[in-house]
Amino acid sequence: MEPEKKAVLVLAEGSIFFGHGFGALARRVGEIVFTTNMTGYEESLTDPSYAGQILVSTYPLIGNYGMHADHRESKKIQIEGYVIRQLCSAPHHAKSNSSLAKAMETEGIPGIYGIDTRKIVKIIRESGVMPACISVYEKEEDIQELIWMAKNLDYSKINFVERVSQKEVLRYGNGNKKVVLIDYGAKFGIIKELTSRGCTVIVVPYSTTAEEIETYGPDGILISNGPGDPALLGKESAELKKLFDYPMFGICLGNQLLAQAVGAKTYKLKFGHRGGNHPVLDIKKNKVVITTQNHGYAVDEKSLPVEFEVTHRNLIDNTIEGISHKELPIFAVQYHPEANPGPYDSKYLFDEFVKQL
Amino acid sequence: MSVRKNNIKKVLVIGSGPIVIGQAAEFDYSGSQACASLRAEGVEVVVVNSNPATIQTDNDVADIVYIEPLRWDVIEKIIEKERPDGLIATMGGQTALNLAVELHEKGVLEKYGVEILGTGIESIRLAEDRGKFKELMQKIGEPVPESIAANSMDEAFEFAREHAFPLILRPAYTLGGTGGGIARNIEEFERLLELGFNLSPAHQVLVEESVLGLGEFEYEMIRDSYDNCITICNMENIDPMGIHTGESIVVAPSQTLTDDEHQMLRSAAIKIIRALKIEGGCNIQFALDQKTGKYYVIEVNPRLSRSSALASKATGYPIARVAAKIALGLGLHEIRNAVTKTTPAAFEPALDYCVIKIPRWPFDKIPEGDRTIGTQMKSTGETMAIGRTFEEAFGKALRSIEVKKPKIRPEDIEYHLTAPTDLRIFAIMEALKKGWSKERICHLTNIHPWFIDRIENYVMVELRLKREPFGRKLLHEAKKHGYSDEQIASIIGHEAEMVRQMRKKAGILPAYKMVDTCAAEFAATTPYYYSTYEEENESIPSCKRKMIIIGSGPIRIGQGIEFDYCCCHAAFALREMGIEAIMINNNPETVSTDFDTSDKLYFEPLTYEDVMNIIEHEKPEGVIVQFGGQTAINLAQKLEMSGVKIVGTPAEGIDIAEDREKFKQLLHKLEIRQPENATATTEEEAVAAAAKIGYPIIVRPSYVIAGRGMQIVYDEESLRNYIKEAVEVSERRPVLIDKYIEKAIECEIDGVADGERLFVGGIMEHIERAGVHSGDALNVVPCVRLKKAVQEKIIEYSEKIALALGTIGAINIQYVVQNDVIYVLEANPRASRTMPFLSKAIGIPLIKLATKVIVGKKLSELGMREMPKLKHYAVKGVVFPFLKLPGTDTVTGPEMRSTGESMGIDDTYPAALWKALLGAGLKIPESGGVAISLKDGDKERAAPLAEELEKLGFVIYATPTTARFLPPNTNLLKKIADGEPNIISEIKKGKIHLVFNTPKRGRIANTDGFKIRRTCLERNIPCITSFEACEALVEAMKEAREKKISVERANEYGKDKKRQS
Repeated sequence: MEPEKKAVLVLAEGSIFFGHGFGALARRVGEIVFTTNMTGYEESLTDPSYAGQILVSTYPLIGNYGMHADHRESKKIQIEGYVIRQLCSAPHHAKSNSSLAKAMETEGIPGIYGIDTRKIVKIIRESGVMPACISVYEKEEDIQELIWMAKNLDYSKINFVERVSQKEVLRYGNGNKKVVLIDYGAKFGIIKELTSRGCTVIVVPYSTTAEEIETYGPDGILISNGPGDPALLGKESAELKKLFDYPMFGICLGNQLLAQAVGAKTYKLKFGHRGGNHPVLDIKKNKVVITTQNHGYAVDEKSLPVEFEVTHRNLIDNTIEGISHKELPIFAVQYHPEANPGPYDSKYLFDEFVKQL
Repeated sequence: MSVRKNNIKKVLVIGSGPIVIGQAAEFDYSGSQACASLRAEGVEVVVVNSNPATIQTDNDVADIVYIEPLRWDVIEKIIEKERPDGLIATMGGQTALNLAVELHEKGVLEKYGVEILGTGIESIRLAEDRGKFKELMQKIGEPVPESIAANSMDEAFEFAREHAFPLILRPAYTLGGTGGGIARNIEEFERLLELGFNLSPAHQVLVEESVLGLGEFEYEMIRDSYDNCITICNMENIDPMGIHTGESIVVAPSQTLTDDEHQMLRSAAIKIIRALKIEGGCNIQFALDQKTGKYYVIEVNPRLSRSSALASKATGYPIARVAAKIALGLGLHEIRNAVTKTTPAAFEPALDYCVIKIPRWPFDKIPEGDRTIGTQMKSTGETMAIGRTFEEAFGKALRSIEVKKPKIRPEDIEYHLTAPTDLRIFAIMEALKKGWSKERICHLTNIHPWFIDRIENYVMVELRLKREPFGRKLLHEAKKHGYSDEQIASIIGHEAEMVRQMRKKAGILPAYKMVDTCAAEFAATTPYYYSTYEEENESIPSCKRKMIIIGSGPIRIGQGIEFDYCCCHAAFALREMGIEAIMINNNPETVSTDFDTSDKLYFEPLTYEDVMNIIEHEKPEGVIVQFGGQTAINLAQKLEMSGVKIVGTPAEGIDIAEDREKFKQLLHKLEIRQPENATATTEEEAVAAAAKIGYPIIVRPSYVIAGRGMQIVYDEESLRNYIKEAVEVSERRPVLIDKYIEKAIECEIDGVADGERLFVGGIMEHIERAGVHSGDALNVVPCVRLKKAVQEKIIEYSEKIALALGTIGAINIQYVVQNDVIYVLEANPRASRTMPFLSKAIGIPLIKLATKVIVGKKLSELGMREMPKLKHYAVKGVVFPFLKLPGTDTVTGPEMRSTGESMGIDDTYPAALWKALLGAGLKIPESGGVAISLKDGDKERAAPLAEELEKLGFVIYATPTTARFLPPNTNLLKKIADGEPNIISEIKKGKIHLVFNTPKRGRIANTDGFKIRRTCLERNIPCITSFEACEALVEAMKEAREKKISVERANEYGKDKKRQS
């Protein structure tokens, strides 16, 4: 039998949680955030928007149905560490070909379970997201070291997009419509939604210039989701401004970048929106959609220029969930219409985008 | 108040009637929540329900209350009187839904301009008519199993020829799967088909291709008139397809679904609810083949259901409250979630715990019933437990269900797994302990291996406790896996108290977490908690004056919704007095576990340990045990020994009342008679005692609840058999023997005592002769047969007994009167099941009164003196579960078997009786044939009955021995063995519409009487088994014929007369 793994989680505000370890024997730092999704752990772990973060699942029973490539939103696990209440080590599902623990071990990611995750969530809720340090070890761990690391971690200037964006140009599908997807850390789900609607998707690195994008002769442009602070991507959003002749659809970080492109500001939310149950009001239709959310920043409404209007709003905190150009076929949402994980209520947005191509 | 689209001012809410299997307290929960929600929008609410033990029929919950039979013609009269603008049909289960359809079809709604609010008739029809539903699903591309909605036997047989067995049969428009079943061969098919056609009001049976063994998933959905749709909760049945969801162990949220599978079903659910145009709540069931990922839509409940009550409690989302507002035209985005006060109603709850529901079956009370479980509901109630892991919730649920852990013999394991029976979950644990392979268990049960793994994980703790040295770590492990101190103690061979003390010293204490609908994402204010063994305790005790009310757990025979009603009233009374009311209970169906019934709710098992943990945390001024039935009473002594202050009647008084010997001495001292009685610890002692007392006798085991194991015995041989077969006799468990007082009138009082005086609410006279369990007896208040002097004596005795027992609060005392001589049967210094009935009958909330007395008020301060003199009559009717439980006899006796009650209220006794019987669901014929077959002693008195029935236009049939006493034109029937015509053959020919059959001696299977009664039951023909009830029924039928029965607001009865006089 393998020796039992131990684990510890240290939060920058001082709390320390000792639990059982799983995944890789490793010490990692990151911003600690939580998601309220009850299913879809594999989709979340592999979502590039979580790059640089230690993820807490509020749902306590994790790993039940194992792992399968179909559930991946990128090629690898993107988080720095995973914090859960109970780990299922013997998953059951017709498609499962690995357990969560095994996959995390293979990909070098540490995980901790058996701790009061609800207490951690409440700390994050009260104090906001913060740096944390997670360590999985066999014998002993130097807690002081971990505290020092958690307290001294500063990720505010790190460009996580650089880390997760594709380095080369990739092509998916072969439909009639051509969409250039600017990859800031795009989820596979977005590509799937486009190809299934008869689009050819050309995925380009985030640093691709407007001129280069135009050389692909796109019918439309998708500005993808991605991790980190949009304010670090000033240059990239300036490029977007040059592409306003094309139909554009922004998702999550894409929404923030589009807003930035026209001079709007973004700000950091206390503990973000992460989960699959946030109600968003489609203002024009006066209808509610339940959405998948994963963002730590929001667009500042006061700074939004007049040519844009707010089309969607979060029913809980009233933050902007969608904007649209008043005349041009350019729109964006702060949430994830591609779901994975989460409800499919907003997939119609892809239909609307493709219609405009 | 929010802005509404329509201009509805007055709304009629139809309740669900008496508790029956498949339709229980959940509809009082949804109905009363709806009332509050509608009134908050400024709407005047009219409620009609025949069940008095409901919160929704309280005068401060609805604006106007009608306690009347739930029949369309009765409701028409109410509509005519009240002229509501709208009607809500989705809060009262299948009963209300069917009534709404009937009212629509009879043109009543159109005639009076009543609008159906929320989900409309068309949607109800689409969802309920199997044929139309299937068509709709095919139209929108949702997969359904191959099926046919057969309107004739031929159609059904044709389908059976083309599809392989097993086939599922379901009669259309029935509740709880009544009459449905699985046919494995052509014989079973024919039997179920016949039964189904008889039971379906639409004479339609759905025959369906089997999806047995597939995973069963439910989605609780809400849609509003803006077409917004949300999922409140999804639930996974541990028991796969083939077992009714009401009979299944259910877990929320789903555990084995991947996100894409969950979203696939959620999207399908939204598509379906949109296609049906539901406006309100609804429940959609899917079967999922987890090997291929293919799913089928099984059915839709276009209304609030038991599942929606469970989902509400499991998530903290008040579905009925929101559905009621949607019915007024509000959108989900316009409604706030009253539970959290922070989130909008348009929000899908996120759980950060695991919820498990386990059904409670009545086989402890009805041991001869067939224990297999399937597509028809047999359970009477359920319990829910919350934990941070499956194992923890599972352990808590197993103790909340309050059944003794059954002993399962190794050779029976396979039977319980495959049949399956109600004991399957215990058999799985036993198999795992015996080392069966998990594959074999999965194969035999079709249960998903993930669940078997979890159960194994749970069972492993027991094995570890047996094998490994005991210590702090292992103790902590066991607690985290949901083990109780008592369980741990019995495994390691110590006293529970020792484990408890060690645990407390080790600092292993439960933490209480909040059920907040949002997994702690937002700060919520919900005062709704569950325990777990983790770090942070979120329940902060207040420094207010506070008291704990101990609830009554799952609904079972003998402990029904009445006690939940009492607990709710206790909470209301405490709050009225400014005392913080803390409720502990674990029944997800009820009003007591609604978040705003009490100031604080702990959703916990009701064992000494779980309750004590809360007491130690909250440090209340006192604990109230007298309203939670036997469950709460059983805790009294132990709590008091631990230094807890039991407010109200002290545990000593309870003990005297329950201990036969002590009670006997007390009565002796008070010079009050009691039927001669004795206690025996061996068979021989019992035989000797019986000889001394003289037969017939009533025998029963000690410390009983609801007359379990009680029987009337007429001779020594039967007594010996009873002792050998029915009970275990020992020093610790003696058998109790009472003289059975024959040809007597039974009656009982409910009252409130304050230590100085007793206020008697009323004397309820049983209509049947003595010997029928008080819970099963029809009764009437005020008395119709007992003389005034006897009544006065009863009141005098009652006060003496109540005071001698030190009663503070509620008390129920039962008497039997023979030739004006009064004998005391028993005294229960606590709330009885008749208290809600009596409170409604006299218009005085007895439980609130009792609560105020418990807290220290005097009756004189509260203005309570003489027993109220009524100018009207109230009759309690009863409902039995026999139709749902094949193999049971329908005769009433000293053992309680009813599940629910109705109330009839009117100015005359016969009219009240008529209403009570109708309210209990009796189909009283207006013409046709009556078959009479009576025992000796009854026969001789039957002639006037037959004559009366003839005058009413009925044709009389009788068996030869009975016919000798009847008028000469009686049609003769043969005994069944002698060929036709006999009662059964004539029933089948449709000639007989009412049967009077009084059996010689209790319930004996396979007699003629038994066969007759079962036939009546299956054909929904009333069969009356007590002569007094026959007499009463004839009187009621006469009254109904001669006088038009009218309806009145419940609190208006008796008043008109006062004005006249």
